[in-house]
Order: sequence, then structure tokens, then C-alpha cells
Amino acid sequence: MPSEYRLILKYADQPGYTPDVDCYLRHGGYEALKKALAIAPKDLPDGKKVSGPEQIRDDVKLAGLRGRGGAGFSCGLKWSFVDRKSGKPIYLICNADESEPGTVQGPPDHLQRPAPDDRRDDHRVFRERRASRLHLHPRRIRRGREDSESRAAGSAREELSRQKYSRQRLRPGNHVHRGAGAYICGEETGLIESLEGKRAYPRIKPPYFPAVLGLYMCPTIVNNVETLCAVKHIVAMGGAEYAKLGTPNNTGTRIVSLSGHVKRPGYYEIEVGKATIGQLINDPAFGGGLRDGRKLKAVIPGGSSAKVFKAGEKFKLKRKVDGKDVEQEVDMLDCRTISIRSSPPAACRGRAPSS
Amino acid sequence: VNATITEPIPNPLQSQPGFAVPAALEAEVDELITHYPVKRSASLMVLHALQDRFGWISQEAVEWAARKLELQPINIYELVTFYPMFRAQPMGKCQIKVCRTLSCALGGSGKLHQHFCEKLGLDHHVHGPQTTKDGKFTVEFVECLASCGTAPVMMCNDAFYEGVSAAKADEILGNSQ
Repeated sequence: MPSEYRLILKYADQPGYTPDVDCYLRHGGYEALKKALAIAPKDLPDGKKVSGPEQIRDDVKLAGLRGRGGAGFSCGLKWSFVDRKSGKPIYLICNADESEPGTVQGPPDHLQRPAPDDRRDDHRVFRERRASRLHLHPRRIRRGREDSESRAAGSAREELSRQKYSRQRLRPGNHVHRGAGAYICGEETGLIESLEGKRAYPRIKPPYFPAVLGLYMCPTIVNNVETLCAVKHIVAMGGAEYAKLGTPNNTGTRIVSLSGHVKRPGYYEIEVGKATIGQLINDPAFGGGLRDGRKLKAVIPGGSSAKVFKAGEKFKLKRKVDGKDVEQEVDMLDCRTISIRSSPPAACRGRAPSS
Repeated sequence: VNATITEPIPNPLQSQPGFAVPAALEAEVDELITHYPVKRSASLMVLHALQDRFGWISQEAVEWAARKLELQPINIYELVTFYPMFRAQPMGKCQIKVCRTLSCALGGSGKLHQHFCEKLGLDHHVHGPQTTKDGKFTVEFVECLASCGTAPVMMCNDAFYEGVSAAKADEILGNSQ
């Protein structure tokens, strides 16, 4: 039987859980950061030196972490593209601006509810990798959440000074930038344009990729919130251990959002490839089946821009939620969003449907 | 970049007679600008600050922001028209935003919108913003509010409500009277 495997959402939904720093510290906050900062440079047999940040990068590569924003590109590989020799500041943007309908995972809520904490560590890890400034780009809506996020950024700074990491070494510059809506801001170059105070029109690439010329024409890495959340766990448990989760080509855990006509809509964290869509809909541990009296009509597997599966297409419904395998068939499954549409029960046919 | 205004703004921005930025807000904006290495980057945050204070973005507000950021007004105007969160006309004191994207539509947001419209004497066939005559309420459909698992969802100003039933809707209206 498939079941949830909670890594990022480990403490979410527990009694007394709050999305603030205190709760995070109670659950072993900043431990991964301390570990990351304590990594000593290593000498290789051929006389080369591998610095701590480089070791973390290699570990993330070893873990096989793929970007959670949708494209599924190797995270460690992306980091290795950063231009370190330009002398310009290096920016890390935590992309929390996901507007994909059906994606409950993204920004203001879920990952900030269960894991602002997780993310905080990652910031540190990355900044240790000499990223000099960090921008958080939460999407529109919930003010309160953003305010608390700003406060969290502040307390992260305090925490850093408490741990006596000098400003010069880490140059903390956490900053929460508030978006103003617009779906396209989830695209990395669109988001960069938005951060520069312009309309969020995506840049044409190639020739220049953000890792070389991004925000203010400086080297920039844009990572999804969920990707950064996973980095913390890779640091904590080691890349090799993390790679054991999920499938060989697509490691780790994913947060799946279920919405529509299921009994238990919401978000579930699973090991990649360990549950089929059918199980996600029908298993009591997940969706718990369709709402009473309803018959499955269609499944939208990855937000509104994905192909819609009709109820009859059984072979597709049986496919695993595993980006690598499914991408040959369907492009958008990596969005791991499932909206279920069903027809109303026969007795209700005469009435207008609820939508 | 020229600090003086040289180009007139095309309409439809509305004028706001007597527009004046209080000193506290100006200080807040000045502080915001210091967060960014490039002034222009602060434009979204400055517009948010202005909208929080005045409720909408007027022509005067656009010109003020442009002066503050050393930009042409068109650079600010294009943001107001691009980003759906910025309002170019005055709205009701209580802004009710009902999500109409798929999961909420399946969850009954159409009925919820209709419920609000009927309560407030508005036309439920209109999807865009409608404001009551007394200027108290604005009701509109918006796109995904990112809580698809708890459909239907809505916002009343900055407060967020999940799984809104008709009874809960009445309660929200009652609280914001």
C-alpha cells in the first residue's frame, strides 16, 4: 500500500505547529546550516582542494535532486553553471511565485506553513556558497503570510549573528519582494524582470542564461521553494542517503496536490514514483475516492496547462507519478497537481452543476 | 534616466484631486528603495505601499512614484496595467475576491459569487469588479488563490477564507459591515 513519506512536511499539521521561527527551532532548526558551515575543505589525491560549498554542490548532484519548479533539471548541475569569476554579486532567488491553478504546494501557504523553516536553512547553505543576496518572491495574495515571512527573514539574520557568522563571511541580505499577481512571474526570467521593476515578460534565452547574466546582469540562480526545501534534507542526511528515496532517475519526495471532486483534497508528500494517480485518487490514505455518487470524468494531472486525461484512458491513469517515466507521454506531470473532475450523480443531472 | 516628467500619461488613469503623500509614507518608501541596488526594482513595492494607503493607484500616484524612482511615468503606468493586483480606480472599502479557477469552480465558487451578488444587489453575470452604490463592497471573480484543496476559497481584503459556505459568506459580510 502506498503511504505518505513526509520529509519536508514532517511537522506540518501536528498539534501546536506554527509557521514561525520558534516552532522551527523547536524542531531542530538551523542544524543543517551548522552542519553545512562546518564542512571543512577537502584535499583530493591529485592535489586539488574542494571547498565546503563545492562539497555541498557535489552532494546535491549525487542526491540526484531535480528542480521542483516543473522543468526537472538537475539542481546541482544548475548551480555549477554559476559564473564565479565575474566578480559581480551572485544572487539567489527563491521562487515562491507559483500561480499554477491546482498547485496548492507553492507559495504563500503550504511551503510557508510547513517549511519556511526548511527553507531558512537552505538560504544559509546557499549563501555560504557565496550568494550575496537573496530574494524571495512570494506571489500576490496573503499579506499576513508575507509579513511573517519578512519577520522570518529578520530573525534569520538575528540567528546568524547569534551564531557569530560574521557579516562579511555570509553577507546576509535576505529580502522579501512582494509580487503583484501574474502567472508568468513563475517563469525564472519573467520573475527576474519583475524583480527589476518591469513587466514580467520572459527574456529570450539563449544567448544568456540567468546563471551567467540574470538579475541586474549578475549571475543568478532561481530555485523553486520546494527544491530549496529538499536541499536542507540533503545536507542533513547526505546525498547518497537521499538518493535512495524515490526512483533512480528521480529521487526524493514530492508534494502532490489533490483538488476537485475527491473526498480528501489537500496536499500529500510521497516518494517519487511510489504511487499511481489511481491510488492518489482512491486510496484512503490520499484522496479517499470520489465524492459520493460521483463518477470519474477526467483528471488534470498538472495544472491548467496540462493535457486532460479522460476517464477512459486507463493506461495513463495507471502510470506512476514519476517525472522521468511519464514525461515521454505527458509533459506536465512534473507539476504534480491533480484536479479531479467528475460528473454529477444521475439524480442531480437535471440541476445545474455546481460550477 | 530623467527625473522630470516629459511625457504625458495616456489614459485611463483617473485623477485624484488633493493627492498628498504623508511624511510617514514617504519615509517608508524611501526606506523601501534602500533595499534595492537599482531604484527601479522598488517600483512594485512602492506601488503596494501607495495602494495600501489610498486603496487605488491614481494618475498623481503614478507620477509621484515615477519622480521618487527617477523614472518616466510610463514605466510605472505599464506596471499598473500589467499586474492584476494594482487597481486603477477606487474600490469598495471591503473587497470580496472569489476564486473562479477550476478547483474552486468545481467546489461551487459560482454559487458563492452569486450569493454575494444577490445579497448586495449586484449582477452575478458580471465577472469583473462591481462596487455597491454606497461604496462599501466590491465583489469580483479572481484567478487561482492557491488553496485548491479547500475550495471554494475567497478573500475579503487581506483576510483569506477557505471552504466558504453560504452561511460563512453571510458571516464574513456581517463582520465587514
